[in-house]
Amino acid sequence: MIWDAFRPQSPQVHAIAGLFDGFLILAAVIFLIVAGLVGFSLVRYRARAGAADPRPTFGSRRIEIAWTAVPLLVVTVIFVFTVRTMAFVDAPREPGQPPDLVITGHQWWWEARYPNGAATANEIHIPVSRRLLARIESVDVIHDFWTPQLARKMDAVPGRPGYIWLEADAPGAFAGACAEFCGKQHAWMRFQVVAEPEAEFSAWLRHQAELPAEPTGAAAEGTRVFREQKCGDCHAVSAADVRAAKGPSLAHIATRNLLGGELPNTSVNLARWIASPQSIKPGNLMPDPNLTPAGVQALTAYLESLR
Amino acid sequence: MRGPRLWLSTVDHKQIGVMYMVTALFFFLVGGIEAMMMRAQLSLPNLTVLAPEIYNQVFTMHGTTMIFLVVMPVLIGFGVYLVPLMIGASEMAFPRLNALTFWLQVCGGFLLYVSFLAGGAPDAGWFSYAPLSEKPYSPHPGLDYWALGLLLLGFGTVLAAVNFIVTIAAQRAPGMTIRRLPLFAWMTLVNSVLILFALPALNAALVMLLSDRLLQAHFFDPAHGGSPVLWQHYFWIFGHPEVYIMVLPAFGMISEIIPVFSRKPIFGYGFVAASTVAIAFLSYGVWVHHMFAVALGRVFISVFAALSMLIAVPTGVKIFAWAATLVGGSIRFTTSMLFAVAFLLEFTIGGLSGVAFATVPIDWELTDTYFVVAHFHYVLFGGTAFALFAGAYYWFPKISGRLLNETMGRWNFWLVVIGFNLTFFVQHFLGLMGMPRRVYTYPNLPGWAPLNLISTFGAVILGFGSLVFICNILASLAFGARAGNDPWDAWTLEWAAASPPPPENFAQVPAVRSRRPLWDLKHPELPDWAAEGGD
Repeated sequence: MIWDAFRPQSPQVHAIAGLFDGFLILAAVIFLIVAGLVGFSLVRYRARAGAADPRPTFGSRRIEIAWTAVPLLVVTVIFVFTVRTMAFVDAPREPGQPPDLVITGHQWWWEARYPNGAATANEIHIPVSRRLLARIESVDVIHDFWTPQLARKMDAVPGRPGYIWLEADAPGAFAGACAEFCGKQHAWMRFQVVAEPEAEFSAWLRHQAELPAEPTGAAAEGTRVFREQKCGDCHAVSAADVRAAKGPSLAHIATRNLLGGELPNTSVNLARWIASPQSIKPGNLMPDPNLTPAGVQALTAYLESLR
Repeated sequence: MRGPRLWLSTVDHKQIGVMYMVTALFFFLVGGIEAMMMRAQLSLPNLTVLAPEIYNQVFTMHGTTMIFLVVMPVLIGFGVYLVPLMIGASEMAFPRLNALTFWLQVCGGFLLYVSFLAGGAPDAGWFSYAPLSEKPYSPHPGLDYWALGLLLLGFGTVLAAVNFIVTIAAQRAPGMTIRRLPLFAWMTLVNSVLILFALPALNAALVMLLSDRLLQAHFFDPAHGGSPVLWQHYFWIFGHPEVYIMVLPAFGMISEIIPVFSRKPIFGYGFVAASTVAIAFLSYGVWVHHMFAVALGRVFISVFAALSMLIAVPTGVKIFAWAATLVGGSIRFTTSMLFAVAFLLEFTIGGLSGVAFATVPIDWELTDTYFVVAHFHYVLFGGTAFALFAGAYYWFPKISGRLLNETMGRWNFWLVVIGFNLTFFVQHFLGLMGMPRRVYTYPNLPGWAPLNLISTFGAVILGFGSLVFICNILASLAFGARAGNDPWDAWTLEWAAASPPPPENFAQVPAVRSRRPLWDLKHPELPDWAAEGGD
């Protein structure tokens, strides 16, 4: 690998990076040929004072055919490697194979649902070294699901799902972003893919599908605020609740790394978000609630109890 | 002949051509200011110079302006001014149609910009993907203005194409066969055919979008049986030929300028002309490479990948032909020639990075990142704009009767070259590092801040370089050295006319017996018609 473009962390992106390296070498050689020819001519054939015009020449059929044929050969080679790499990256799925997870783009967040009922937002977990088949969908405008180090881009087109293989070579948290312009908060439609060893992954998956514990103390006060503010119209708090999906699911939100796709998930940031989401991610579809500081605190305590 | 009333009512191709160029220059300033606003907002992570909704309007207007109000009109303007002169005609075939197309252009530009006063500019990007461009997601009227404005511009452009085709078919001087046509006229002809078949797809799609937005049709609305992918097909079957529409006339300029300043005829006229026709045909079969990230099926995508790679071949033929024209020449380094040579190198970079996007898996990583922003700026600025600078320095003496100042020209050249490469070369790396395009701000990830800061710094230099160009025009119009009819000792017919040419262009058109009628006139001992034979 001459230059670790994309810093690949999956077999698929390794293949793409290899193709890119080959392309880069080829492009550099072609550029050097053109630049060399131009540079040489500029030095060698600059006009001398008082020089007469050279005797006209009009071209050479043989040379012209050569510089049509050679590039034709070059692009044929590139095409062969293109088709081979496409077949590897987009390896066919079994007929009728159900997806291992469904990822849905919303303005401006990502929803992920697993077959066992687990639902999460902006943080997608996968096992290390086992590829998952992800179906990419959208409920509103076109988005594009992109984790540069792990997988190709796939447009999330409403009414037209696409499939990708999502895989990681090693444990880690990999940044992802929406890559198709989708409106006001396109910039912060970011997410993380967390790859973890198989055992941890299945534990996580089981846990995410469980119902939350009954809140106590300050958290119980928070449930009252949650009802009063009608938060539940948009946000689910457990995997069992599949009706409220306008906003990100809050099920087990306390286990997530990030808030709103960008902020570290700390009490301070959570309280900031609850008090004024518009000041953090202006234009997002959650209006600033009108809460007292005590209300913010209670709601924060409640959400932090959702582990 | 002069006076504002006469400019308003003129049907003279030279006055109309100049008006095209001046309006394009005005919008170049506007689009440039929009670019500066974006670079200011992006110079560091998490800045709040522009609110997200303002940034989205600014980048939409920057793209729309530069494409529809700068590049297309300035190329049409050069064509309207030069084609009749180059083919020894006294006028375009349809002078009043010519005036109509110009004023449609002005009205379209006005409609686009009046949107700022009517509740907000369009904000869905220059390709306005549905359903983001539909009423539920973009309720303010900006996009209606966008669609109506583009519809006017589109009609105007189609009419201009008709006018070029008829002019070149019917108005050529005696002896100027199609194989003796100057390459700029050749490429304007091919370009006009491209326009004729590409623009109607856009016009149709715009009518459908307007129907969706204003009449509750559902062409692109999946909830009611419409298809967002349909918009993409319509848009890009216009949009990719559009890329060539914006670059072919620039190729034509380079094909005129490099030979004159190398003091040699173009290397392989036949291949250069024929490769233009090949590009035109192929350009209708490559549009899906803008949609490789949509789930369209592997075989379908492979076909478009193959055609997209194939189109690199005729483009390469041209680059080699220009480079080979330099070999064995007697090269004169005027500012015009400097820009033409820089064009060769910058455009080669843009062309090569274009092959990356035909290479589907690479496209899957790099599309919609800053790599693609870098790529198309190398094509449209490093390519088209550099050729336009070269063309401006080359033909300004014909248009105004005065030479542009060469000292200011050097400043213009070096500031633009340095600024351009600083701005856009680093954006390749940003794309490779994962920075998506069209973001109003970005997280402070390793390397992103310094590269963006370099890009902004480059944009400032590029801005100054462009201002030097405008100062040079103004200063040279007032104080420039008199050019005479033929300051470059050139060979095509426009240089036989006075500078500036009188309303009727030529008192008498010189005899045309080869591609370089003025060479034949100046070198009766070695005329091209005696030597050309082989080609």
